[in-house]
Amino acid sequence: MKNDYRARNHPAWWAFLVHRLSGLALSLFLPFHFWALGQAFQGEARLDTLLRWTEQPLVKFAETGLVLLLAAHLTGGLRLLVLEFLPWRGWQKTLLAWAAGAALAAGLAFALVL
Amino acid sequence: MKMLHVSVWRGGAGGEYRSYEVPRQESQSVLDVVTYIQRNIDPTLSYRFACRVGMCGACAMTVNGVARWTCRTHVAKVVKDDAIQIAPLANFPVVKDLVTDMREFFDKWARARGQFVPCATRRDAFAQVAADSPGRVAANAGIECIGCGVCYASCDVVSWNPDYLGPAALNRAWTLVNDVRDGARRERLAAVAGDAGCHACHTHLSCSERCPKDITPTASIAGLKRAVAVAALKGEL
Amino acid sequence: MSSAGHGYAGAPLAGPNPGARSETWLWIAQRASAALLGLCVLVHLVTIIYAVRHGLSGEAILARTRGNGVALAFYMLYVLAIAVHAPIGLRTLCHEWLGWRSASLNWFIAALALALFAFGLRAGWAVFLAPV
Repeated sequence: MKNDYRARNHPAWWAFLVHRLSGLALSLFLPFHFWALGQAFQGEARLDTLLRWTEQPLVKFAETGLVLLLAAHLTGGLRLLVLEFLPWRGWQKTLLAWAAGAALAAGLAFALVL
Repeated sequence: MKMLHVSVWRGGAGGEYRSYEVPRQESQSVLDVVTYIQRNIDPTLSYRFACRVGMCGACAMTVNGVARWTCRTHVAKVVKDDAIQIAPLANFPVVKDLVTDMREFFDKWARARGQFVPCATRRDAFAQVAADSPGRVAANAGIECIGCGVCYASCDVVSWNPDYLGPAALNRAWTLVNDVRDGARRERLAAVAGDAGCHACHTHLSCSERCPKDITPTASIAGLKRAVAVAALKGEL
Repeated sequence: MSSAGHGYAGAPLAGPNPGARSETWLWIAQRASAALLGLCVLVHLVTIIYAVRHGLSGEAILARTRGNGVALAFYMLYVLAIAVHAPIGLRTLCHEWLGWRSASLNWFIAALALALFAFGLRAGWAVFLAPV
């Protein structure tokens, strides 16, 4: 028999899922990011055309999502490095709260200044 | 009399849940419920227990989806709408009903070199291990494991990679890596490295979340990851 | 003293563990690149949030990057860390969620790492050399 969601329903498992899915999403986004930057070979005007396309509300919403994913993967990854490389016992949930808080703050900062 | 609606796994891997009505009592443990069913409703129900007081680790089962010692789990703690669901431990082959085959689980302890390998003889003096030495403190944190299999049943990496040695075996290896009297450190680190060993752990922390002895195998596995990495960097792996 | 023969009767003793060394090095590479990325992504996030304050334009982006050797060096390091980090993570995902464990996966992952590195460097060159 295999475990279902009830066995997994605790903060560290959700943190793992966020880390894996954000990592997957960022990996899928990377080729598009590199392609877009590569358009600079064709000059400033070409970049501006692309940037105008990104001003649509839906694209802006997706961009905020990407920043949030990047921030979550960063803070979640730092949390993992701490758990793997520093001696710890018992305070992993506090660490998780800090990681989630910092990621949300970064996403909010982006959404607010956008 | 207030009744408890109990759903119990019957049969082998291809079995099914069957429903039983058990009288609700005060201070009733999940093991009491299983025992009531076997003694009063269906004597063919198979399950395993020995001490009934949280010392032996034989009565671990899946209660409402979570691996637990049934003897130390009050019904009041897990009951939802007067119902509980009891299944055999996940990640173990089911023998029958609530009994699982733990052979692979313990074979993995051996594969992780969970055996103490003495390096002194009877003519040597007793080893002096200071209680506050770092190795002793690290070993102490993991030494109380009684091999109940709750961590192994809770671990998703075991589900995803059946060769994975699992939290209990790796925790055992870590206590021995920290035992100054042990003579097989190098072989043990080689045995616990890699895809089926410590590096497969994702720090889900499910093992540490569920361990009835409050051990944190995740911390032990992290210790192994570091020790193995250091051995690799030194060319000793 | 040999440590063989210390298992209980019938138990398989630890045999050779062929993947031990390579998997350990992949883990070290994954964690080392993660530490580097911790710094790079922090710089990247701060730059993003700083840059969007005044709205993004081709002119503003290229004014920061064109002919900027420090930015290019940082970017190359960043791309290298990504090209190491992301494929190893995806390899584990393929193992666990797709059950893809054959040698073909390792070739795929190696090709992915090279492609990410090359494509990332090309993008870095583009914003470094961009014509007006």
